[in-house]
Amino acid sequence: MGTIAENILAAHCGKPSVSPGEFILASVDLALANDITAPLAIKAFNEVGTDKVFDKKRIVLVLDHFTPNKDMLSAEQSKIVRDFARKHQIEHFYDTGTVGIEHCLLPEQGLVAPGDLVAGADSHTCTYGALGAFATGMGSSDLGVAFTLGKVWFKVPESIKFVYTGTLREWVSGKDLILYTIGKIGVEGANYKAMEFTGPVIDGIDMASRFTMCNMAIEAGGKAGIVNPDQKTMDYIRGRVNRKYNVFRSDPDAEYADTIEIDCDDMEQQVSLPHLPSNAKPISEVTNSRIEVDQVVIGSCTNGRIEDLRVAAKILKGRSVHKDTRCIVLPGTQQIYLDAMNEGLIKIFIDSHCAVSTPSCGPCLGGHLGILAKGEKAVSTTNRNFVGRMGDPGSEVYLAGPAIAAASAVKGYICSPADLEKITKVSKK
Amino acid sequence: MIIQGKVITYIRDNINTDEIIPARYLNTSDPDELASHCMEDLDKDFFDNKKAIEADIMVTGANMGCGSSREHAPIALAHAGIKAVIAPSFARIFFRNAINTGLPIFECKDPAFFEEIQAGNELEINADEGIIKNATTGSEFQIQPMPPFLQDIVGVGGIIPWAKAILKKNR
Repeated sequence: MGTIAENILAAHCGKPSVSPGEFILASVDLALANDITAPLAIKAFNEVGTDKVFDKKRIVLVLDHFTPNKDMLSAEQSKIVRDFARKHQIEHFYDTGTVGIEHCLLPEQGLVAPGDLVAGADSHTCTYGALGAFATGMGSSDLGVAFTLGKVWFKVPESIKFVYTGTLREWVSGKDLILYTIGKIGVEGANYKAMEFTGPVIDGIDMASRFTMCNMAIEAGGKAGIVNPDQKTMDYIRGRVNRKYNVFRSDPDAEYADTIEIDCDDMEQQVSLPHLPSNAKPISEVTNSRIEVDQVVIGSCTNGRIEDLRVAAKILKGRSVHKDTRCIVLPGTQQIYLDAMNEGLIKIFIDSHCAVSTPSCGPCLGGHLGILAKGEKAVSTTNRNFVGRMGDPGSEVYLAGPAIAAASAVKGYICSPADLEKITKVSKK
Repeated sequence: MIIQGKVITYIRDNINTDEIIPARYLNTSDPDELASHCMEDLDKDFFDNKKAIEADIMVTGANMGCGSSREHAPIALAHAGIKAVIAPSFARIFFRNAINTGLPIFECKDPAFFEEIQAGNELEINADEGIIKNATTGSEFQIQPMPPFLQDIVGVGGIIPWAKAILKKNR
């Protein structure tokens, strides 16, 4: 009858079915906020005035953006959240030492299950669609109300079905698939809609690539990115999720606003040029322009997972970051950091002259840990390349996957790992 | 609801929340502090330009407010003295944040409105009838009607009074 998005929303508002365009008040399984959005959510919570949270087990607070606190103002903001978490005994409260980037952390910790409805005061909350959950970003006041009522209003979105077919070329990953897709439909191409990713290519890619794809649904205006749960989903959540959940899938007769087929056979790795994620170009074209970069960022809720670090390390091993380029690696969570250390990846990064940081959103949003000066260019595995996103409004961000990012760090200009073998190794002075 | 005022225009698609309020200022949630940096990366003379024409209604291109979920964006606009925003379309999260925080925003699907509009034009927005009148030119345009569910939220003054009403009813 319905799409996976409709079926999840219906189950959470106690109706047998819902239709696109319908307004519903739905119960959420998780209500999430971070150090930027939680202070305003707490203010809204206080204004509603019950002084009682709906469920201390279902609120997740993650201090990941400006932490370890970069200045006095951000410390004050974090303190508001710390005080609230202690007062209300919030079970899933993550602070410096345990914190990771929220959208890497929540799935890793088993906090999100298939079929969940997740409301997050962060636009990249849509990441959890990779688990077959309906997860969407919203504002702080929504979350303040959710902290009290456990409920949020939704307009049931239409869905667009994306069908990916063909065989992926070497180095092409979830990041390339989603940048290509956003390039095809535009930054408003899925506004108000759920993007359902299907087809043999989606069946074949790993969970990390699915997280990356769902993460960037918002960059096409999408309300959610979502993948129907399969064996890979179940393998991922085994040993992580320790509570009941209900698996939903799209019914065979579900109706879609549109179906878009994408043949991946000829798809190259992608780079989105400044200043929109939809400015996606094939790497061969970008390499020809020889765009020199001052900084490379490998990390974020989009590409800060162990699989991403493995790709970067494979390319950086035995090589060195170009003398005029800085490369910053940010593992998404403490567990990813530890895994990277145990696998020897951190040593590879340090040996090749990368800076390795504690998990943080940091440079992605121009917060800290790698801000660009006027005129500087960065290639980054993050999700937005808006004007001023990583620093000065006169700086530029080029979005790409970890393979291009690592290769570009070595050569000092944007290129593919396939270009590396052709050159003699350059070592940093 | 009737809103009158003069217009400041940024007729460009995809104005994003990093332009409305850059993330480097999100280390505070003080509305006046946020407002002081409003539109800074798009127009560093925003306040001077706005003041020069005494504007308090903003007219923009499509997909207004795309990007992050920061509610700081409509808050910064409202506290910078903007009392309504008109665009061909809004990004989804910005739309709900504006509704939730009580910043009236209106979708106008008529390209003629955006072709005609000039900074400093005097507008009258009649939200009940779904009409914008450009008093400077005398032209009238349709705006998208607001669904009753959203009118209920805006009608009581935003999501917080709305939640309070639900709690009261359930008690």
